[in-house]
Amino acid sequence: MNGFDPQFLVKGAYFAAALLFIVGLKRMSSPKSARGGIVWAGLGMLVATLATFATPQMDNFILMLAAMALATVLAWWSGKRVAMTDMPQMVALYNGMGGGAAAAIGAVELLRGGEHDLAFTILAVAGSIIGAISFSGSLIAFAKLQGWMRKPVRFKGQQIVNLLFFLATLAQGGLLASGYADGQGSILAFFVLALAFGVLMTLPIGGADMPVVISLYNALTGLAVAFEGFVLNNAAMIIAGTVVGAAGTMLTQLMARAMNRPISNVLFSGFGETGEAGGAIEGTMKPIDAADAAVMMAYGEKVIVVPGYGLAVAQAQHKLWEFCRKLIERGVKVKFAIHPVAGRMPGHMNVLLAEAGVPYDLIFDFEEINNEFPTADVALVIGANDVVNPMARTNPESPIYGMPILDADKAKNTIVIKRGQGTGFSGIENALFYEDNTRMLYGDAQDVAGKLLQALKTF
Amino acid sequence: MIDGFIALYIFMLAAFTGYEIIGRVPVILHTPLMSGSNFVHGIVLVGAMVVLGGADTTLEKTIGFVGVFLAAGNAVGGYVVTERMLEMFRSDKDAKKESGE
Repeated sequence: MNGFDPQFLVKGAYFAAALLFIVGLKRMSSPKSARGGIVWAGLGMLVATLATFATPQMDNFILMLAAMALATVLAWWSGKRVAMTDMPQMVALYNGMGGGAAAAIGAVELLRGGEHDLAFTILAVAGSIIGAISFSGSLIAFAKLQGWMRKPVRFKGQQIVNLLFFLATLAQGGLLASGYADGQGSILAFFVLALAFGVLMTLPIGGADMPVVISLYNALTGLAVAFEGFVLNNAAMIIAGTVVGAAGTMLTQLMARAMNRPISNVLFSGFGETGEAGGAIEGTMKPIDAADAAVMMAYGEKVIVVPGYGLAVAQAQHKLWEFCRKLIERGVKVKFAIHPVAGRMPGHMNVLLAEAGVPYDLIFDFEEINNEFPTADVALVIGANDVVNPMARTNPESPIYGMPILDADKAKNTIVIKRGQGTGFSGIENALFYEDNTRMLYGDAQDVAGKLLQALKTF
Repeated sequence: MIDGFIALYIFMLAAFTGYEIIGRVPVILHTPLMSGSNFVHGIVLVGAMVVLGGADTTLEKTIGFVGVFLAAGNAVGGYVVTERMLEMFRSDKDAKKESGE
């Protein structure tokens, strides 16, 4: 025996990490085991990171530890502090950081140059482009969701400008990969182009489409990591990156389908520019007060709650759940119906409800509950708008025509809690509000939920 | 470098694994899972470490430092927010059990 080969330790650890990641992700895909899933994946990360210190011929350990310590403190602090409603932008931010790291790896590999075959440089360049786009694009997505950039930025000829930037990035990347261009200047120009393209591509996209975009960038970062993994000959990066790339692509498609917005539409056209809001609607909105609404639900047999992002903005989920618990105590069957795009990302609403303590066995997916609405005495729509708009079924002129919606209008009665009479997030008129069996309960979701609760206590 | 075709095989199998994992996920877990997969690509950290570990010039060291910083932020931040989200997934039974103790 001539001693222990550290490479064996590193490679073994990477294998273990890849396995742990896959098991962890698998466990995260079921509500029962989800909480343990992240711990498995976290263990994989820890094993891989620690083993990497044993890689032969490494230097700069002080710098390395300093960077890791700094990032750990900042990310830990920000991650613990962020409110549940702001989760999507934090995911965007951390995802962008990963993309940036992949681009940084590509940058160093390109700077080093040296003798490599074409496949090597192509992968290094491709990983750099994708990583850089994901980095700058995610930062813009973060800024938008954080409310730092309220309006989508659009100008004439934007798509042509974007296309030119994209082609220029590809061309410069091609020159680098083929060896026709090298040196720091060319590499710098290449990264500036890729980063600029990421910004330009994200600027025109509206807030409503951000979830799809974040998911797309998540997949792109995975792919960039996989490509740089090939460059570094690092199996853990290849496997983890590819799994995330594929899973993220799938997730992006699911989201886009749920919103009835093909990915190409999300990326290349602005929402709300297509046509008018689908025409005006005949009829009037009929108001109701909280006490009457509470009575209606308390004496019903079955209430289906349809929560939307407005609920989260008003932080009304706790009050709402308290109210629902009182209803359940009175023997009313309460179910929560979640549209795939309720909240800001698929599943976001579930997280918000879970935070308020709603058990997940009361929460139902779109397919599970949509044909139950006719059996419900009351559908309580709170802070949701487009996802219950029957025009998506009936009016081919409407911009949301074809989007799957929750059939709240088919319940015996519908109560809509809404701040005012205006149109919602997308600016589209909602035919549900004018239905004969719909009553409007105006007010801030939090106040209204409080009043409902109060009303329930008085009888 | 890993032999080209073996690399392709790994790529293909890993891609199928990714599709399979997401394909059967209930919508309620999409956000946590997106966050979880976001954490998993934080593995880019090990690549960034190797790159910084082999950096010679000041420029390489600077980029390597930034890379390690960003990657560690991805991994740590991704873990923290995913854990916080998943922490809240409990059924009625779990909740009763925990409040009963």
